[in-house]
This record gives sequence, C-alpha cells and structure tokens, in this order.
Amino acid sequence: MPEFEVNGHTYEVDEDGFLQNPEVWDRNVATDFAKAEDINLLTDEHWKVIHYLRDYYLKFGVAPMVRKVCKETGFKLNYIYELFPSGPAKGACKLAGLPKPTGCV
Amino acid sequence: MRLAARQIDCGRKVGIVASSDDLDVQPETPLLKDLEEGPWPSFVKEIKSAAETNGMSADLLQQLELSYKEKQGHWKHGGIVGVRGYGGGVIGRYSDLPEKFPEVRHFHTLRVNQPAGWFYSSDAIRTICDIWERHGSGLTNMHGATGDIILLGTTTEELEPAFNELTAAGFDLGGSGSAMRTPSCCVGEGRCEWSCYDTMKLSYDLTQAYQDEMHRPAFPYKFKIKCSGCPNDCVASIARSDLAVIGTWKDEIQQDDEAVAEYAASGVDIQRDVCDHCPTRAMSWDGRHLTIRNEDCVRCMHCINVLHKALRPGKEQGAVILVGAKAPIVQGALLASVLVPFVRKEELLDTLKELLSRIWDFWGEYGNNRERVGEMIQRLGLANFLDGIGLDPVPQMVSEPRDNPYIYAHDIGGAK
Repeated sequence: MPEFEVNGHTYEVDEDGFLQNPEVWDRNVATDFAKAEDINLLTDEHWKVIHYLRDYYLKFGVAPMVRKVCKETGFKLNYIYELFPSGPAKGACKLAGLPKPTGCV
Repeated sequence: MRLAARQIDCGRKVGIVASSDDLDVQPETPLLKDLEEGPWPSFVKEIKSAAETNGMSADLLQQLELSYKEKQGHWKHGGIVGVRGYGGGVIGRYSDLPEKFPEVRHFHTLRVNQPAGWFYSSDAIRTICDIWERHGSGLTNMHGATGDIILLGTTTEELEPAFNELTAAGFDLGGSGSAMRTPSCCVGEGRCEWSCYDTMKLSYDLTQAYQDEMHRPAFPYKFKIKCSGCPNDCVASIARSDLAVIGTWKDEIQQDDEAVAEYAASGVDIQRDVCDHCPTRAMSWDGRHLTIRNEDCVRCMHCINVLHKALRPGKEQGAVILVGAKAPIVQGALLASVLVPFVRKEELLDTLKELLSRIWDFWGEYGNNRERVGEMIQRLGLANFLDGIGLDPVPQMVSEPRDNPYIYAHDIGGAK
C-alpha cells in the first residue's frame, strides 16, 4: 500500500492518493493533503466545502452529487475548481478524507 | 545499441527499455500470435511494433498474454486522475500486477477532442503522435466510440506535461465521467451531398458553447450529443446519443424524372428495388413515371440512396431533435424518441441551447445518480418529462399507434 508522508505525518493512501482509512481524518489531514493539491492556504471557503463533504459522507456513506455541493455551498462549479484545482471529486473529497469516488469514465 | 540510440533521439521519457539486450529476451506470446495471423490488420502486430522502442507496450503485451492464459483481465476498474482545472478527459487505469508488469503500473488514457468531421492535416496527426511518443506509450485509438482521439497509456507524472504540449499545439481534452461528452458529427457538408444542415459547424459551436459542461462534470451521468446531416445517420446518433440531431426536410423530395427514366433504362428494377422497399409504400411506378406521395414519406432515405442521381432531399431543410438513446451499460439499450419534429437549419443552434438548458435543469434536479436522461424519461414517463421541460406533446413523438386491442384507455386512467 502506498504511503503519503508530509509534515512528519504518514498516511496510508491508495494509488490516486486518497486516504485509505476515512476514520483517521481530522483537520490536520486536510492541511497535510492540501500541499499535494497545490493549495497553499486553506481558507474559510475551502473549509466550507470540506465540512459539507465530510458531514454528508458521515450521514449517508457516499459523496454528494456535484450539483448538490454547488447548491449547498453556494459556490459555482468553476469557483470550486479555483479553490480545489483538481476539482470537487479528486481534490475536495481527498482533503475531506472521503474514499475515492466511484464513477463511470 | 541501435535501439537505445533511437530512444534518446526521440527524447522518450516514459517506459525506456533498459537496453536492447532486454528486448531480445522478451518472452514469447504464443496466445497472441494467433491474433497476428490472417489478412486483417492486427492490434497485436501494432503493439509489438511499438514494443520495439517502448517498455510500456512491451509490458502491455506480456500482461495481455497472461490475461488470455488465465482468461481474466488485469486492469483495475476506475481511478481518479486528471489535470489541473479539469474534472475529465483522463481515464485512470492501473495494472493489478504492478510488480510483474512495472511499465504498465499506470496506464492512463487521455481523451483528446477531435476536430468536427474528423478532418486532419497529416501534420496535425504527426504532432499528436510525436507528443504521445514523448509522454505516453505511443499507442492510439483513432477514434473512440464517443469520437475523441484516444491516447492510450501514460503515467500520472506525465499527464500534465502531455496536456501542456497538446494545448500548446492547439488541442484540448475531451469529455469523460458524468459530463457532457465531446459532441461528434458526420462529415456533413464537408463531403456529403445529402446533409440538410452544416453538421460540422453545429458540432463545433456546441463544443465551444459548453466547455464548462464538458471539462467539469456536474451531471447525474454522461450526456452525449451527436449530429447527423440526414436520416442515413452515419454517426448512429439515434442509437447512442442522449441528444440526437438528424437532418431532414419538410417539403417534397426533389425529383428528376429524366434521371429516373435513365435508371430504369439502365436496368434498375424500380418497382422491386425502390417502391417495394419503401416502408410506408409511399411510391408507385407505372413503368414510365415515379409518383411519390410525400405526405406518407417517413424520410428513410432508401429511395434517395438507390436513385441518388434522380432524387434529392427537399429544399426546406433542417433537423429533427431526438432524446434519450443509449447503449446498454447500467440498463438495456434505448433508441431515441422525437422531441422536436422539425427545426429550420438557421434556428438549430439557438433551439438546441434553449432545449439543453431545460433538459439539463430537469435531469439535474430529478435524475438519479448514474441515470441517463433516457432512463429517467422511462422512469418518470414522457408526459412528465415534457411537462418538466415545457414542451407540448405532438403526434410525431409517438413511434407507432397502440396495437393491442384488448386494453382500453379508460381502464388505465387515460381518456374518460
């Protein structure tokens, strides 16, 4: 299993860099993973998205649909890509410690 | 050593083979050998030829041989990789035997937006191939089912550099995931006399208009748009696109009686080969004159295809817009249903934009996760869907009249 090391912390991740064990998540995880996603500083707007994803996941066991993320946070999708350059699935979900979203390609 | 020198010439960064000696000891692939026999082109031959200079292709062959031997695939499903700012365009693939086949540990695919109608200069194709030899396996798929240029096999590290070179050369990624997929079209007016509207321009305009919808997935599932110039439907839009635009005409088939007579004189059996094949029996032939009852014509194109010098589509041209086709993945296959029977070609783009915004709003709100728009229409009923997008039902939306005489409309809560 690949490991991701940053700021003296070591995390077990999958090949796409997603946290293997969602239970170990805390705010440090998001801060640690931010660097790898080209995010220098996590602002309140970042945290709004991260907390929304985290809460939804804990409640329903899956990641919310993108449309719902935009609606609930009030951010346009373009803006979410500005906050998280890899987008809501690959970027924001990773920082929120969600398992890799599944989907058809 | 000759091969090693060639690799340096190419500036290859991915999958460099350690030395030419390694190539000589590549294990045989007896099961794949069968696929090289025969007169047809062989993908095994192509991969082998790429494997002479590229380690990824060499490991790809070995993994494929093992898959045939064990009757089991060795690709993991899914994977989320991409380039900055885009949510699609890259399809992640990983080998489930990375220790055994380290060169295909990552084998991601890039989808590149094709030019409308698939017209390239040879120079453009060389540019793409050169970029792919530098950053990937050098193997391509021209083209994928959606219509994109498919660049097969690269590593996560090479995604950004490959994307940067492609965009610098004027190319962009196509759609993937739950997004609008790259629109595609037949060659239309670029090469075909039957096209009832400019398919390439429409496809290009839609691509430009919906860059956000294509690169940043926000839909319940994929959404494909295909544009065919006439009912021959050369891109099979009616069977595999969520929104199909098929060229048609409103007035009468243009008929040149002299040319019809020439066909008859040259031995074409007009009764047997044309009239008898008309699905609505809308034509008659008295041995001298061909009569078409245009009000019964369903625009199947058969007579025009057979008597192409004598018959042409009418002069009042435009397109029919259909919705809801899909190939069988989650549920079974669906054919498209008529949504708008006729739009004049001048009004096509604006009509489509209005229609798409209504369809996407409704589908985004009521569609389930991973439910195609056609499946949603089946689940909710066409009447509710039409109501939701603000369209009135018209007879053309019905593909055929009810044929079961034992069910009465009032029994199922219809007419009173």
